[in-house]
Amino acid sequence: MKWRKLGVLLLVLAFAATMVVGCGGSQDTSAPDQTEKEFKVGFIYIGAPGDAGWTYAHDEGRKYLEQQIPGVKTVTLENVPEGADAERSIEQLVQEGCQVVVANSFGYGDPMLEVAKRYPDVTFLHCSGLQTAENVSTYFGRMYQPRYLSGMVAGAMTKNGKIGYAAAYPIPEVIRGINAFTLGVKAVNPDATVKVVWSNTWVDPTLEKQAAQSLIDAGCDVLAQHADTPAVQQAAEDAGIYSIGYNSDMRKFAPNANLTSPVWNWGPYYVRVIQSVIDGTWKSEAYWGGMADGIVDLAPISDKVPTEIVDQVQAKKQEIIQGEWDVFFGPIKAQDGTVKVPEGQALTDEEMLSMDWFVYGVEGTIE
Amino acid sequence: MDLNSIVALLAVAIVAGTPLLFAAVGEVMAERSGILNLGVEGMMLVGAVTGFIVTVTTENHWLGILAAAAGGAVLAAIHAFICITLKGNQVVSGLALTIFGTGTASFLGKNYVGLPLTNRFNPIDIPVLGDIPVLGPILFRHDAMVYLSIVLALALWYIMFRTSWGLSIRAVGENPAAADAVGISVSRVRYLAVIVGGMMAGLGGAYLSLAYAPTWQESITAGRGWIAVALVIFALWNPLRAILGSYLFGGVEALTFRIQTAGFQISPFFLSMLPYLFTILVLVIVTIRLRQEAGVPAALGFPYDREER
Repeated sequence: MKWRKLGVLLLVLAFAATMVVGCGGSQDTSAPDQTEKEFKVGFIYIGAPGDAGWTYAHDEGRKYLEQQIPGVKTVTLENVPEGADAERSIEQLVQEGCQVVVANSFGYGDPMLEVAKRYPDVTFLHCSGLQTAENVSTYFGRMYQPRYLSGMVAGAMTKNGKIGYAAAYPIPEVIRGINAFTLGVKAVNPDATVKVVWSNTWVDPTLEKQAAQSLIDAGCDVLAQHADTPAVQQAAEDAGIYSIGYNSDMRKFAPNANLTSPVWNWGPYYVRVIQSVIDGTWKSEAYWGGMADGIVDLAPISDKVPTEIVDQVQAKKQEIIQGEWDVFFGPIKAQDGTVKVPEGQALTDEEMLSMDWFVYGVEGTIE
Repeated sequence: MDLNSIVALLAVAIVAGTPLLFAAVGEVMAERSGILNLGVEGMMLVGAVTGFIVTVTTENHWLGILAAAAGGAVLAAIHAFICITLKGNQVVSGLALTIFGTGTASFLGKNYVGLPLTNRFNPIDIPVLGDIPVLGPILFRHDAMVYLSIVLALALWYIMFRTSWGLSIRAVGENPAAADAVGISVSRVRYLAVIVGGMMAGLGGAYLSLAYAPTWQESITAGRGWIAVALVIFALWNPLRAILGSYLFGGVEALTFRIQTAGFQISPFFLSMLPYLFTILVLVIVTIRLRQEAGVPAALGFPYDREER
């Protein structure tokens, strides 16, 4: 009996210890040597920076921010679930003295607005959000622009005209990416098609690999992805075909397969916004920056891609940066071949943000 | 669907079923001894992360799977201690083990998320056998762990049903008092079975992180541990049927994508529901069948106390 009680006690202690260690582990920084001049910025992450994807890109931006503005000190909370837990985490950062709180996932919107109401002197930045407030900005990037360019690379490199696209969820952000990519493919290779499979997950390397494998077995010889792990790249590497990455430069996961990746570059945005908060010039905004701002870009293109294609891509990139042309300028045909955007017209931001239809050349369904 | 795509589907079914096979066979062993372990998901995750960490640091994937088995065994030992020595509630302990394992794995793997793996289990094209039409690509072009899982499943079947050790395990699961009376140490047998079960679950997790994905991500198992638990019932506590069941489930998982590439107009959300729908269906059918057919160990879920008769 004694042993049993002792055992239970030990177990309880062990669990408690791991809880404490676990929680402590999630706070990334740092020595509490707080000086008066220090400007504290808190980051709420949906994942961990090691994912090589979404959160990794944001964390690179955070590091860039610390580098560029020496007085700025950052605090991060990783793997914060969306919903009620997020509210507590955001509030915790505010109480730790953060003057700006950044949240990198859509589902943090409502909790952030709640906390923002209680702390009018603190600035809040919500990535991919829809709703702003007096002290809450939303920000996102026009990822469709580099996706179009990556589509040009894929279209030029496919031999049989079959390109596969392993996508996460059928939501406007992802659909917009598929459409932009397909338009890029068609621009250099009018006969090629883009086959889409949905994995219904952002982060599940095994399912993403399954999705990639099914595309390979269906005969695709170039794969692209919209999900957060490099599993698709690895599948392409194993199969000896080409691939287009996403989020960050994914060459290291598939040195032979990877041709290029549309990438996020949050650093300059964070520097600009935090500087304006420090200067007192910040105003709430719904920011949707493009390649001209450098918030999205195309990673270096593999030397397997012929130079004339690279030149073509660079020229298109310049057109986008100069603002002479954008991806969803007409004429654009819908999946069934009917004209969706006539010549001389272009989609508005609103139409792009609510996109729920495929362009001509996509094989797949949105349900 | 032509022959090629069916061959490809079956080959993928085996690969996708392998993590389930490891875990399910291990759970069969534990449950045969009378201990229900719902911590499979947690043990798989700990196995996946320990295997990955050791492989990254030592650059030896064989050491990696040893570590994975050890990781799973440690977690299983906690469960064994609670359920056998402390005679605690097996359901509660198992659920706690899943939560504990998930957290521990995330914590241990924090600095290893998304790292590329240089040493991994690559598919081997077995000479001659691999060239057999149809059967070759389905059966003989997999990585070493696929074959290991089959060998272990066969070995554990042999031990459980053809040796006196196995008789002890099954006796302890059916009627621990009788087993005790003939001199079998109930707790020793149960400890052993649960820990071996944990090792198998750890290997199942390592299959994901060292061969299939191969990478470490939080919750890389994504619920496969629970499917493995359901598979045990599907297999009627028999490792041989677990082989069949695992590949069937792997096939359903693979099919969700193949239906999409084949151009059928079915909602992807419905398709990703399929494996779970299938699980429920199987449980219903098996439960109805169970009325006629024996399989469930009589003492499953009950702690054994010599003084309580």
